[in-house]
Amino acid sequence: MFSFIARRLGLLIPTFFGITLLTFALIRMIPGDPVEVMMGERRVDPEMHAQAMERLGLNKPLYAQYLDYIGKLAQGDLGESLRTRESVWTEFSSLFPATLELSLAALLFAGILGLLAGVIAALKRGSLFDHGVMGISLAGYSMPIFWWGLILIMFFSVSLGWTPVSGRIDLLYDIEPKTGFMLIDTLLADEPGAFLDALHHLILPAIVLGTIPLAVIARMTRSSMLEVLREDYIRTARAKGLSPSRVVFVHGLRNALIPVLTVVGLQVGTLLAGAVLTETIFSWPGIGKWLIEAIGARDYPVVQNGILLIACLVILVNFVVDVLYGFANPRIRHQR
Amino acid sequence: MSTPTTSVAVDQSLLYPSPYKEFWQAFSRNKGAVAGLMFMILIVFCALFAPWVAPHDPSEQYRDFLLTPPVWLEGGQMQFLLGTDELGRDLLSRLIQGSRLSLLIGLSSVVMSLIPGILLGLFAGFFPRLLGPTIMRLMDIMLALPSLLLAVAIVAILGPGLINTVIAIAIVSLPSYVRLTRAAVMGELNRDYVTAARLAGAGLPRLMFITVLPNCMAPLIVQATLSFSSAILDAAALGFLGLGVQPPTPEWGTMLASARDYIERAWWVVSLPGLTILLSVLAINLMGDGLRDALDPKLKNAA
Amino acid sequence: MNMNPLRAAIAAALLSVAVGATAKPLVVCTEASPEGFDMVQYTTAVTADAVAETIFNRLADFKPGTTEVIPALAESWDISDDGLTYTFHLRKGVKFHTTDYFKPTRDMNADDVVWSFQRQLDPNHPWHKLSSVGFPYFESMGFKELLKSVEKVDEHTVKFSLTRREAPFLADIAMAFSSIYPAEYADQLLKANKAGDLNSKPIGTGPFVFQRYNKDAQVRFKANPDYFRGKPPADALILAIATDNNVRMQKLKTNECQIALYPKPDDIPSIKKDPNLKVAELDAMTVSYTAMNTSHKYMSDVRVRKAIDLAFDKEAYVNALFGKGNATVAVNPYPPTLLGFNHDLKNPPRNLDKARELLKEAGVPEGTVFTLFTRNGGGPTNPNPMLGAQMMQADLAKVGIKVDIRVMEWGEMLKRAKNGEHDMVSAGWAGDNGDPDNFLTPMLSCEAAKNGENYARWCNEQFQALIDQARATVNPEERTKLYEQAQVLFNQDQPWISMAHTRMFTAMRKNVEGYVISPLTTNNFATTQVK
Repeated sequence: MFSFIARRLGLLIPTFFGITLLTFALIRMIPGDPVEVMMGERRVDPEMHAQAMERLGLNKPLYAQYLDYIGKLAQGDLGESLRTRESVWTEFSSLFPATLELSLAALLFAGILGLLAGVIAALKRGSLFDHGVMGISLAGYSMPIFWWGLILIMFFSVSLGWTPVSGRIDLLYDIEPKTGFMLIDTLLADEPGAFLDALHHLILPAIVLGTIPLAVIARMTRSSMLEVLREDYIRTARAKGLSPSRVVFVHGLRNALIPVLTVVGLQVGTLLAGAVLTETIFSWPGIGKWLIEAIGARDYPVVQNGILLIACLVILVNFVVDVLYGFANPRIRHQR
Repeated sequence: MSTPTTSVAVDQSLLYPSPYKEFWQAFSRNKGAVAGLMFMILIVFCALFAPWVAPHDPSEQYRDFLLTPPVWLEGGQMQFLLGTDELGRDLLSRLIQGSRLSLLIGLSSVVMSLIPGILLGLFAGFFPRLLGPTIMRLMDIMLALPSLLLAVAIVAILGPGLINTVIAIAIVSLPSYVRLTRAAVMGELNRDYVTAARLAGAGLPRLMFITVLPNCMAPLIVQATLSFSSAILDAAALGFLGLGVQPPTPEWGTMLASARDYIERAWWVVSLPGLTILLSVLAINLMGDGLRDALDPKLKNAA
Repeated sequence: MNMNPLRAAIAAALLSVAVGATAKPLVVCTEASPEGFDMVQYTTAVTADAVAETIFNRLADFKPGTTEVIPALAESWDISDDGLTYTFHLRKGVKFHTTDYFKPTRDMNADDVVWSFQRQLDPNHPWHKLSSVGFPYFESMGFKELLKSVEKVDEHTVKFSLTRREAPFLADIAMAFSSIYPAEYADQLLKANKAGDLNSKPIGTGPFVFQRYNKDAQVRFKANPDYFRGKPPADALILAIATDNNVRMQKLKTNECQIALYPKPDDIPSIKKDPNLKVAELDAMTVSYTAMNTSHKYMSDVRVRKAIDLAFDKEAYVNALFGKGNATVAVNPYPPTLLGFNHDLKNPPRNLDKARELLKEAGVPEGTVFTLFTRNGGGPTNPNPMLGAQMMQADLAKVGIKVDIRVMEWGEMLKRAKNGEHDMVSAGWAGDNGDPDNFLTPMLSCEAAKNGENYARWCNEQFQALIDQARATVNPEERTKLYEQAQVLFNQDQPWISMAHTRMFTAMRKNVEGYVISPLTTNNFATTQVK
């Protein structure tokens, strides 16, 4: 097992360099000029422009810029945003918890509901419940979530007034961001009602962001559960006279979880992509919105290193999923 | 049911249903799939004959009828069945015209990612020593970048537009085909029938495309339908972020995005394009489900 | 699902809002995060609102709601007869903010003023190089060349020497980039090797003391009890950041904020109808226009430009984009509120036949394609560029011209337009000092045609001579005459389709008092409160 993990970790290194190269190349290929963007609507005379480019090191040849970049990375320096002159790491670390909180809430919502619905649907194959779950999850999978978010806001927030329109918490609460996770911070801040208010703000965005993962998890759980239930070992287990719930949850679900886990691993990327849209709609101060704006503003260091950080995160999650996969399925572990 | 007497005279092999018939029987048992198919036929019909089906020119601006509500609401006009948008363009006509683009984007991006995806996946599965890991690292790199961000970056490089949207979506959905194909191939490679084929002397291309690939098709078909629909969704999302197809081309996502400002005054300009996206994507996914049930013998027999 | 926890949460939230409301902080929904808090490094209006108008003061101020300059940190000033020396007499007893990261030991004095300007002016100043992009506003206003020196005369007197006469100098001194920083704080930071804190933990003399900033969420301030004009009535000021204007409007309606900046012109009628809301409005000093690239084939022909102007339905444009009454159709390159606006000029009525005829005369074949550059996001001069572009497209299609709309990011569009890659570009301008020259020279002069900022690339020597003469003329009546003639020439040559002059709006709850909308598009909340 240890060598399996070590091998997998070794594979991450070229991936990491590949990503630095890709993000570096991507952002340089985007047409447009960061200095112009920085000056906003003010006029820029050519001399000033040249000076600014030089100060930013953007007048060097590309390979030198890349080497500069890698050199700084090696020292743990992620550079500073061209727009805000704030260090990229500071910005990322102040915004990331918001995205993480939202994503985890969405995943929790999707995971619990999805697994449950999927297993039951598989067991009651062909029943009304099965058809219902499949229909609803298919609709969920087909959902344009930016539209879904707008509709939910219109209905629950504007018409019914049940949930807040946007943001993470009512601004009348002054919550010090100790951890960046609003739910934790509100508990630490000892302001009565703040925690519930934060939770209240989290509900709608989490549902919107969790809609597609929920559908995916429910469908995947159902189909892999069905497949597993037909396997010989399940028949054997049944024949041995094990209790049905033991058969389903210990023998069945454990094996059915393998493809589900893979899909959830793949969903991390999707989740972050969904976060971009969800954050835009709910004015959620997270990294999705931050990056989209940075791409628009040609904020090279932010786009480069923001994407790098996200990519590292995704790799890490996939790595963990891989390891779990190896755990669950010895065949894979010994294959290579 | 015909009378049993006639069948006696006929050769048994003729009675065995043709694969197509069998497929159709299996497919049509799934009512959702049939409903999806019907809706898709409608959409395809609209797409093919848009200029004749649409009551108005989708770009014609009736500036005296800005934001007219649909006909069943107060203030609705018979000539604009689903109302008009912020420039007085007929919404129904734009939705009909928009079906062309959405189908085009979906289809072309699926083709553009499916073929290279399967090839790369096969190679990755069959050459697990050097080529496989290299391909998978490349895919890992791409997969590590959230799809929408990558698509936004690609569109930012190439500039917004129809073809660039397709390219961006195709690139973004490539890794999932590769991964899926490889995983399926790896699963199949240890099976007895592959070993048997190998021992029987089947060459690599035969092993790849004739022995193994067909047995990996079920998940790929499901993935293809899913990514057809998600291509439509992604295109809409890009449109929503202002990076999609350029005006005045009526693309559903772009329509929705530009109508967002009017959501409180004129719900229909936002709701109807969104609903159209949802229904079309749902129809495709329902069809995908039916296809899978019909194509995958294992699942079919278990029913 | 069980509804009870949700209900409980809602009830708790409602209750807490009711309790919290007694403290009456002022929550303002604004459209973007400030870029940072070291004001002089930034140029955007959002940053100026969040930083210059709250934390800082300047030697002079604009009188609220006007462009008139009044004393602020300087109690008075003397100007030498040659107009080259300005002597400012500083107000005594002005205190910098006391916070947990800085405790001032002295009042504001001449050292602080000198520090604030020398930092931007003197390349050898220890803080000069610390700004990675320099001082964009200071530099683009030409202050590097304009300021000869800034000297301390005594504790409360500072002397500015200029290299040339500059009529709007006092107005410049009242702008955000002239904010006065505490030299003492800067020295402490430099010693502690924490120079970056100047940008994240700001100190000033302004009405509000910085408390906390959560990027893309909020900026919190509390009232400065020692403010030299008296403590602001709102105990706390919270800027809530909501990029989408629908969200700002929804938050205003649910009283999650009491003031919403930059409402859509479209929403104005419904706000006015809402019994809980009201609107402050003012004619803005803006123009939006479509520049036609006179260096391109066909477009160089004045008949083609006239034809496009005749084909374009300006009324419909203004109605669709802004709604009736929220903007006026433009005739001239600057708005009627400014000096020398020529009221005799009128737009010719829309005439498609004549437009077609002119195009035919000019030899433009049916189906000729013109590119139209536009940006992808709305701004104050143009809330929905895509919509306007599509209207232009539809109108010109009627006279046989195809318009190829190219939607771009703001920065990219500016760059390409400066390179002259466009046939047409939709652009806008917001004046920052209320002078007609502030519109004409940057956008229509021959020099601007050379460097590309004159997007029409239009250089008319007669016009140039008139605006040059006007700039050097002091007498307003003579100046008016010169500008009137210049506008006649402008309309004859038609380098632009002048499209609209906007009104600006701020939406707020009925119980908000003491907010004054400013023609300079800044927002100051020092006198604002929730009753």
